[in-house]
Amino acid sequence: MSKDSLFSKKNLKLIKDPLDDNNPITVQVLGICSALAITVQLKPAVVMAVSVFFVMCIANVVVSLMRNMIPSRIRIIVQLVIIATLVILVDQVLKAFLYDVSKELSVFVGLIITNCIIMGRLEAFALANTPWKAFMDGVGNSLGYALPLVVVAFFRELLGSGTLFGYPVLENLGLYQLGYENNGMMILPPMALVTCGVYIWIQRMRNNKLVEQN
Amino acid sequence: MQDLANIFIKSIFIDNMVFAYFLGMCSYLAVSKTVKTSVGLGLAVVFVLGITVPVNYLLENYVLKEGALTWLGDGFATVDLSFLSFILFIAVIASMVQLVEMIVEKFSPALYSSLGIFLPLIAVNCAILGASLFMQERAYATITEATVFGLGSGVGWFLAIVGIAAIREKIRYSNVPPALRGLGITFIITGLMGIAFMSFMGIKLEDSKKEVSTEKVVQIENNESEIN
Repeated sequence: MSKDSLFSKKNLKLIKDPLDDNNPITVQVLGICSALAITVQLKPAVVMAVSVFFVMCIANVVVSLMRNMIPSRIRIIVQLVIIATLVILVDQVLKAFLYDVSKELSVFVGLIITNCIIMGRLEAFALANTPWKAFMDGVGNSLGYALPLVVVAFFRELLGSGTLFGYPVLENLGLYQLGYENNGMMILPPMALVTCGVYIWIQRMRNNKLVEQN
Repeated sequence: MQDLANIFIKSIFIDNMVFAYFLGMCSYLAVSKTVKTSVGLGLAVVFVLGITVPVNYLLENYVLKEGALTWLGDGFATVDLSFLSFILFIAVIASMVQLVEMIVEKFSPALYSSLGIFLPLIAVNCAILGASLFMQERAYATITEATVFGLGSGVGWFLAIVGIAAIREKIRYSNVPPALRGLGITFIITGLMGIAFMSFMGIKLEDSKKEVSTEKVVQIENNESEIN
C-alpha cells in the first residue's frame, strides 16, 4: 500500500476521473446550488472555485487524518464543524483582501458549508482513505467543480455583457459597430440553468456511457 | 399586517429559493422523480424552515450582532460576534433537524414514516442555511417577519419541487434526445420554469420597506433598455 509511489497511475486517476467521467456537477449532481448562482461573471466564479479548492483539500486531509478517531454516530456534525471553520477562514480572507468580490458572492461563501460536494467527498472518500489519497481526491474534485463553473461563466459573461474578467472584448473587436447587441437574457438566473443543461448535453454526446435511460 | 403579507408573497414568488437563488438545487434535482416523494420532502422543508429561521433570528439579535449582547451589561455593548454566525447557524440547523426528527417520531409516527429519510437529508439542504443567511443580510425587524419569511421561502421551494416532479413524470413519455435525458432536460425545464416565475417580479407590492424587488425590476428594465 505505502509502496505506491505518490504519483502512481492509481493516484493520478483520482485527479483525472472527476474532470470528465465522474464530474461532481454534471455526473454526481453535487454542488449545483453555488455553481449556478455565481456564474454571471468570470471573476466571482474563479474566486469561488479557488475557495472551494482550498476548503475541499484541507477538509479532506483533516477528516482523513481523524478518520479512526471519529465515532460514526456523530461524524456529520464533526464534518460540518471542520468545514465551517475552514469556510470562516475563507470568508474573513475574502473580506480583507477582495472586498468587492466578497460582497458579490454574498451568502454563497457561507453556503460552501452545505455544498454537497464537500460533504459528499468527505463521506464517500476521506473517511475510508489515507491522507495523501484524500488530498488527491480533493484536488481532482475541486478541479472538476471548477471546470463547468468557468465554462458556464465564460459564455454568460461573453454573451451577456460582452466582457471577460470585466475587459470589454467585444467592444475592442468592433462588433458593436456591425450592429451586434448584448443578450441581456444571459445575465438573468434562468439562463444559468439552460447553459448548464447545454453543457451537460454536449458532454454526454461526446461520452456515451454517461447517457441516462429516461 | 400588510407588511407580513408582502414578505410572504415576495418570498414565495419573487425571491423564490430555487428559481432566483438556486438554493436547495441538489435535493431538488435528486428527489424530484415522483410527485409523492417530492411532496414529502417539500413539507419537511417548510416545517424545518419555519422553525430554524426564527431560532436563528433570536440568536442573531441577542448573541451575534454588534451590540446584541448589551443585555448582559454595558461592558458587552461593543462585542461583535458576527464572524461566528456560519458555525452557529449550521449547528442550530443540524440540532433542530435532529430534534424535529425525534419529536415527530414520538408524537406522529405516521408523518415520520412518510417523511422517512428526508428529514436527516435536510440538514445539508442549502435552502435552509441560505434562508438563515438571507434573514441576517436583510435584517428583518421583528421575529414575526422572520418567521413569515422562513415559511414563505419553504412554500416557494415546495411549489418548485412539486412542479418539476409533475413535469418529470410526464416527460417520461416524450422522445428526448438521448444525451439530454435525465439531468440535462431537467436543467433546461427548470430554466424555463424560472423564466415563467420571473414574470412575478413585475408585481408592485405597496409600501415595501425593503427594496429587494424594486432593485430587480430596475435590473430587468435596464436589460430591456439594453436590448432595445
